Amino acid sequence: MSMNTQGRPTGTGTSSAAATGSSLLPNEPILFEIGDTEHTGVDLPEVSVGDDFLGGFRRKSPLDLAGLTEPEAMRHYVRLSRLNYSIDSGMYPLGSCTMKHNPRLNEKMARLPGFADIHPLQPVSTVQGALELMNELAHWLMTLTNTAAVCLTPKAGAHGEMAGMMAIRAAQVAKGEAHRNVVLVPESAHGTNPATAAFLGYTVKPIPARADGTVDAAAVKAALGPDVAAIMLTNPNTCGLFEPQIIDIAAAVHEAGAYFYCDGANFNAIMGVVRPGDLGIDAMHINLHKTFSTPHGGGGPGAGPVVLSAALAPFAPVPFVRDGQLVEHAEGQHLGRVTAFNGQMGMYVRALTYMLSHGGDGLAQAAKDAVLNANYIKARLSRAFSVPFADAGYCMHEALFDDSFLEGSGVTTLDFAKALIDEGYHPMTMYFPLVVHGAMLVEPTESESKQTLDAFCESMLDLAADAKAGNAARFTAAPTKAPRRRLDETRAARQPRLKWERPDPLPQAAE
Amino acid sequence: MRYLPHSAAERAEMLAVIGAKAAEDLFGAVPRSALLTKPVDLPKHSPEFLVEAKMRALAGKNRAGADGPFFVGAGAYRHHVPATVDHLIQRSEWLTAYTPYQPEVSQGTLQMLFEFQTQVAHLTGMDVANASMYDGSTATAEAVLMARRLTRKDKIILSGGLHPHYRDVVTTYLDHSPSLVSLPASPEGQGDILDRIDDDTAAIVIQTPDFFGHLRDVKRAADAIHAKGGLLIVVVTEVVSLGLLEAPGALGADIVVCEGQSIGNSLNFGGPYVGLMATKKEFIRQMPGRLCGETVDADGNRGFVLTLSTREQHIRREKATSNICTNSGLCALAFTIHMSLLGEAGLTRLARLNHERAIRLSKALRAVPGVELLNKTFFNEMTIRLPVPAAPIVELLAKADVLAGVPVSRLIPNDPAAENLIVLAATELTTDTDIDMLGECLHAALNGDGA
Repeated sequence: MSMNTQGRPTGTGTSSAAATGSSLLPNEPILFEIGDTEHTGVDLPEVSVGDDFLGGFRRKSPLDLAGLTEPEAMRHYVRLSRLNYSIDSGMYPLGSCTMKHNPRLNEKMARLPGFADIHPLQPVSTVQGALELMNELAHWLMTLTNTAAVCLTPKAGAHGEMAGMMAIRAAQVAKGEAHRNVVLVPESAHGTNPATAAFLGYTVKPIPARADGTVDAAAVKAALGPDVAAIMLTNPNTCGLFEPQIIDIAAAVHEAGAYFYCDGANFNAIMGVVRPGDLGIDAMHINLHKTFSTPHGGGGPGAGPVVLSAALAPFAPVPFVRDGQLVEHAEGQHLGRVTAFNGQMGMYVRALTYMLSHGGDGLAQAAKDAVLNANYIKARLSRAFSVPFADAGYCMHEALFDDSFLEGSGVTTLDFAKALIDEGYHPMTMYFPLVVHGAMLVEPTESESKQTLDAFCESMLDLAADAKAGNAARFTAAPTKAPRRRLDETRAARQPRLKWERPDPLPQAAE
Repeated sequence: MRYLPHSAAERAEMLAVIGAKAAEDLFGAVPRSALLTKPVDLPKHSPEFLVEAKMRALAGKNRAGADGPFFVGAGAYRHHVPATVDHLIQRSEWLTAYTPYQPEVSQGTLQMLFEFQTQVAHLTGMDVANASMYDGSTATAEAVLMARRLTRKDKIILSGGLHPHYRDVVTTYLDHSPSLVSLPASPEGQGDILDRIDDDTAAIVIQTPDFFGHLRDVKRAADAIHAKGGLLIVVVTEVVSLGLLEAPGALGADIVVCEGQSIGNSLNFGGPYVGLMATKKEFIRQMPGRLCGETVDADGNRGFVLTLSTREQHIRREKATSNICTNSGLCALAFTIHMSLLGEAGLTRLARLNHERAIRLSKALRAVPGVELLNKTFFNEMTIRLPVPAAPIVELLAKADVLAGVPVSRLIPNDPAAENLIVLAATELTTDTDIDMLGECLHAALNGDGA
């Protein structure tokens, strides 16, 4: 049991409030249980300031912010970090996430003062290197996709989807087709697709998947009409398959007066091998934190630049670089900002560093290795696991399984995934795409060696055999080797505790 | 290629297991017309040292903040970030971890987010905060949409003191809706927003300190909008100000959105930054973005999970509160670590120091003939009016290596009222020498000596 420096007992009385456990598997208290309002790890000159310029708005309410000295803060956040799995420590076979290696040269370059210590609004004449970098990144993205323009500024993939769909909406309005209020989205699509369409006021009309997991051009043609503004497709699709009729679909979409939004989350499978512009797409966001190796950081920051066809280029949101200048105010048909300032420069530096390192040849090889690795896993696992689309042939960069191989075993996809944790792996993507029952989507990326893939496959095969042999307890009890057992998510939602609360109320601070 | 583990032999072995003759066979589903027959027209792979040389050359063409007097603010502020912060966020387990969807192996990230949410709630004086947004501007747009959902009303009024970029983002998100009233910029710190509130108003958006540095009367705004059944959204672009100024929550704010960049995160030419959003308990279910909550595991140990996910896109799809998937994880971590190093004692001291530097700056500016200081109130940022257009003066001073703030005309073009204005910020990094040099250069520029 630990006390904070003012002698107040810490925590809520549960055993986990104490700093127990070895440093290799710590039980770490919350910051507010170990820090206090007097400790600080930053030395600053003490100044007092009068009220002359504060308008009577000086703070009276308590801050109640816990502080730590530097060694305490270091220990707290190092110990907490040890509770995290990470790509540096093991494989993430997460379908649709592209958890590839995060090169450290990216981090070194992003921290150069000429990139990190420049302000978005300092005179443009003083940041010509930054504009040049943005131009170069734009060039790589447009060349890899064969598109006419790119809006670099969206801060995440979903943000890029929003910007791309806004451009489509604006293009329709410009043509006098504002009445088109429907967007077609396959049932297999990632949730951000229908969410984005609905966000912009569209009615989402689902397109069913074929038995082999792909989109049927005939179904699309039947759904197209004078009320359809756009289709949103992912290619390769969320089942890990290249849409074979995509060119046909794009042509039909255009003929019906609609536009083609492509979700570029799976671009890692085809970069340097296929150019989406050649397929007829009008807008596609690219996840720099997936395909171009910028780190996931525990949930962000991301970056979602969106490439645009010639038809949509005039509508690209500001700001963008033109002739060594930043065009910051919407002119012509260009849309207004989707974010303050200039976008995710820190991620552009990282992504461009990666592109220069790999080169066009390396990027193509990476795509080929990503596809090779996924097919290797599929080949090694498809006898023991169940492949939903038996005649699909080769997959692209991710292999999809369903849970029919677990039928009668008492083990669900969720249980299986939790047991994989005990084997030392982060689980694969579960229950996505929705079109397959109990989906398990496995994307190794090109970063995994054959040795790692073999070890992974062996664990997966061992688990499958055990499940079929009826050893359900191993799965339903899992994980047992992680810092925490399964967590009660129902309780978290029913009784939301979203911040730390002190056990005794803080006496109101005297003025 | 140093990032690709396979040898040619291994590739061949794997192809044999797959049963394919060549790697190209795996792309059989791709229409032949779409399969590239020659490599893309891009440079070939490059060793680290050559990539580094190229990137250094690009970086070398940019004038960094540390290279001379620096007064640029306007929504992004140059503060000192302790060495501990940048060291910690580069640890593998923080930098290269995925979103904490599998909580058992993500307790580090989740507990940190719980600490972050607590810090943001305390700073803003609100009941609950989310696990961060992309940035302050998109958080503001999301707050506006949230207010509309909560009140089931449409009309939104944006204060003339709101950062012009934030105003532009809200306008883009609302697709130039006629129910969006965007008041003209108010460099003098006064606006008529309270007179414009009516029964149709879902929310008003007030920024304090505002874009021009003025401190606004949040309580008065709260009373006015609440009387008409609407909500108050308060925007804070300089989060350090909350170490000295009253919490918006204590003054009646319903939703508070901030740019958190000042704590833990470098300027980075505009991103990545970190948006903060906090609100009242009763509004939680309409709040966008990720939320981290406390619970227990199967052994009864305290643990943390992402929660209330039925608001989000991966569950509700087209019925989600927003399309957001990502938060600004690593930037939120940097914020949390820096804020824990500061603590209350450090943050209040930092805030006082920023204000003291700003007072020093204001005195130097007022001493330059021809310069008029518009602010009666400020935290660490202020606006001056010159007798001539400001943009050329700022450009001139930049050649003398003094970055003298932002000419307002850059954000508000074609407006005679804005043409002669500069917004300048001072922080704990601003020295007396910097301020004196600024004063001298301004004096010279306005008296024709610097031409």
